[in-house]
Amino acid sequence: MSAVVAEHDDHHADEHHDHGPAKGLLRWIITTNHKDIGTLYLLFALAMFFVGGAMAMVIRAELFEPGLQFVDPAFFNSMTTMHALVMVFGAVMPAFVGLANWQIPMMIGAPDMALPRMNNMSFWLLVAGVLLLASTLLMETGAPNAGWTFYPPLVLQPITVGKALPFAVFAVHLLGISSIMGAINIIATIFNMRAPSMKMMDMPLFVWTWLITAFLLIAVMPVFAGAVTMLLTDKFFHTSFFNAAGGGDPVLYQHIFWFFGHPEVYIMILPTFGVASTIIPVFARKPLFGYASMVWATGSIAFFSFIVWAHHMFTVGMPMAGELYFMYATMIIAVPTGVKVFNWTATMWKGAMTFETPMLFSIAFVVLFTMGGLTGLMMALAPLDFQYHDTYFIVAHFHYTLVPASIFILMAAGYFWLPKWTGHMYNEKIGQLHFWLSAISVNILFFPQHFLGLAGMPRRIPDYAIQFADWNMVSSIGGFIFGLSQLLFLYIVIDTIRGGTGEKVTAEVWEGSSNHSLEWTLPSPVPYHTWTTPPTVVPTEHVLDSH
Amino acid sequence: MNKIKKLSVGVTLMTIGQQAAHADYALNLMQGVTKVSHDIYDLHMLILWICVFIGVGVFGTMFYSIYHHRKSKGHQAAQFHENTTVEIIWTIIPTLILVGMAIPATKTTLELADVQQSEMTIQVTGKQWYWDYKYLNNDIHFESHLDEASEIAHRTKGADPRSVKNYLLEVDKPLVIPVKTKIRFVLTSSDVIHSWWVPDLGWKKDANPGFINEAWTSVDKAGTYRGQCTELCGRDHGFMPIVVIAMEQPDYDAWVKKTSEQQKQKPDLSNQSHDQLVAHGKSVYLKNCVGCHQIEGTGVTGLIPAITASPKVTGGIDPLIGFLQAGTSKMPAFSKLKDNELAEVITYIRNDLGNKVGDEIQPDKITPVYDDDNDEDDKNKVAP
Repeated sequence: MSAVVAEHDDHHADEHHDHGPAKGLLRWIITTNHKDIGTLYLLFALAMFFVGGAMAMVIRAELFEPGLQFVDPAFFNSMTTMHALVMVFGAVMPAFVGLANWQIPMMIGAPDMALPRMNNMSFWLLVAGVLLLASTLLMETGAPNAGWTFYPPLVLQPITVGKALPFAVFAVHLLGISSIMGAINIIATIFNMRAPSMKMMDMPLFVWTWLITAFLLIAVMPVFAGAVTMLLTDKFFHTSFFNAAGGGDPVLYQHIFWFFGHPEVYIMILPTFGVASTIIPVFARKPLFGYASMVWATGSIAFFSFIVWAHHMFTVGMPMAGELYFMYATMIIAVPTGVKVFNWTATMWKGAMTFETPMLFSIAFVVLFTMGGLTGLMMALAPLDFQYHDTYFIVAHFHYTLVPASIFILMAAGYFWLPKWTGHMYNEKIGQLHFWLSAISVNILFFPQHFLGLAGMPRRIPDYAIQFADWNMVSSIGGFIFGLSQLLFLYIVIDTIRGGTGEKVTAEVWEGSSNHSLEWTLPSPVPYHTWTTPPTVVPTEHVLDSH
Repeated sequence: MNKIKKLSVGVTLMTIGQQAAHADYALNLMQGVTKVSHDIYDLHMLILWICVFIGVGVFGTMFYSIYHHRKSKGHQAAQFHENTTVEIIWTIIPTLILVGMAIPATKTTLELADVQQSEMTIQVTGKQWYWDYKYLNNDIHFESHLDEASEIAHRTKGADPRSVKNYLLEVDKPLVIPVKTKIRFVLTSSDVIHSWWVPDLGWKKDANPGFINEAWTSVDKAGTYRGQCTELCGRDHGFMPIVVIAMEQPDYDAWVKKTSEQQKQKPDLSNQSHDQLVAHGKSVYLKNCVGCHQIEGTGVTGLIPAITASPKVTGGIDPLIGFLQAGTSKMPAFSKLKDNELAEVITYIRNDLGNKVGDEIQPDKITPVYDDDNDEDDKNKVAP
């Protein structure tokens, strides 16, 4: 291992002076450097996380008590719609693309992404798309308020969605182009730019999960773009794709949407699995258990994501055979997902664990994601979904699989790699405080929503019957604590960039990390250009036997 | 079980300091009052316990490991990273559990889908934002709106929802059905997608415009069962509840007789005083207009015109009648309103909601209706 580091350091000393970043603000606009673009993606995602979070605070404030206190029902619907769109397309997806930009080249021994200029363009298209979407908030008739799923005929109705529809549609187009370009870049990089000695089955699991995710993105983003374009032509060019009066079918839209929508939720969770599989072995000081089965499980989850979409529509009025098929197909996903959870547990088993903030967030992810997965299994059963569908039980389910899963793992990734990126150590005490506040409040926030849903509270309502009052209040209190706690993360990010604890971090940062993945063999902070010559040896701890 | 629920919620209550008097708490799925809803409840409990069992196993192992296999206790890390036998076992066992779950789930799915041999049929039409019920066997047909107390309370700043009986879960005319009778529902919509859900019946079903869905129920126990629309259907999605009253057969027969007779009655078109017209008009307004035009007649900026100071409202009465009956591309036609209701609501909107025309129209002056509305948008519309 040490030989690799030394070789790289020599190289770095020779070349670094001529290839630093451009000076000033222009650096960030015209950059083609994967680290700069990664940083842009991550900071943008963090900003959007707070924007989307602020919308969630509006929702929880209105639901704090029965009765309408703060907002009008249509604005409430705008908030639920925009909260989802901003969090999905503005926060979670870009954050993972940011991680991919930073980490994939460093992990596979590549000097940069395969298509650096396209990389820059895909970031700025993302910004354009999100701004276009956000501009609807300033319109007199308000932002889209028919739910992030844009179901027709509601979304086409003039008295519901005013002038926002075309803006939202074009925003989706821009976001889609951005995502597809990012995905092409990631695939091209992984296939072509690996260190010569790194075989596919030597790649860190984060790289594997992103490779599979990128294929999902290329497959489904055009479908979503097509669906919203059909909305656009229905609204403005008198087509009748989704209008029964013209021979169309509103349910057709739901089929198309969820053909995109279900893979989309795995687009947000597969890289999450990848990061968790990267962090847990480091702090357990053990190789990842079942590397090959992790790759297999990721691939099969991705495959199944294409053939289960209609479980989002069990109550829409499907033929019975359709319900049975989608029920069985959905249940099967529990098997590979279970394999992943068992593998993470087995990775921890008989390790020598320490519990720094990234590990704490990762453990919380495994536990709370499993809870979200188990409720997912419950609603996979069609007859049960006839009760759960469109209630707060569903809201609780998908927030468990997104907030203490994707968001927690993004936090973990931040704590894990910030010292490597910046060369500074974050403040562990504040990190742990952030973890405990988040982990406790996220459960106060979302766990009672299971009760609300089972007791009969529908989702997407701004006001509710009195028997739902108490748990809503508890949930809102949890929400406010969770929201405020995230300011600690913002503080830590800024503090770490500006010097953190002042402690000098080593190349490894975490004990033994260089046994797991290549980036830990690079100096901290990582130089602007890395792996200008590829490494000759790759850490392949997980496949030691075969080497 | 129930006591534990009440107790735990009671503790929460005390800390929050709200009155517990009329709240009906639940933490778990309700068992419901039909065979299907019981089957669903049993299936729910079965899966819940399986999930709890799996969770305890996985989390127990994990926490054992977190406690014992930590570096601070001097535990040395093992370096194993594969075990084919174990991996096969934890693939096969979950698969078998899933097959075990799929069998009862399939049975219940088949049961839910079987609408055959039903004894009566009710057509449910979702509309923004109320339900329309039509008994296909005996011509009973009525609309079911959120009741006035809730309607006013949720639209009034500072109103106390806790003082309203069954806040947001009460309607003016509930759906009445007989017990122990297999009832087929055909569901559709006249505008956007709605979804009809009464948890006690065990299912919800979407009401799609232009298409008809089927579902069925057979209620075991007489009683009142409440539900809500569960598909986002616009600004008042949260305000279109469902109330089903299940009656013993004789009571139901009496209700049918009474309701049919009421429906055959001609509307009372006798003259009313100005104040009566305005007061009754407010009720008509709260049922039919308030969802869009709002409780103070302000409309919604950029989307829905205000009634206050609208020349259409304060101009001639005859064009206004035609306008209400014909509708526009945005506003549905209100030809369903009886002459007395039209007279009442017209008098109301001309003399309240910030308007003061000072006149009135009596029910018997409503007909004949003609449309000489000179608004450009509506020129081609013809009154029915």
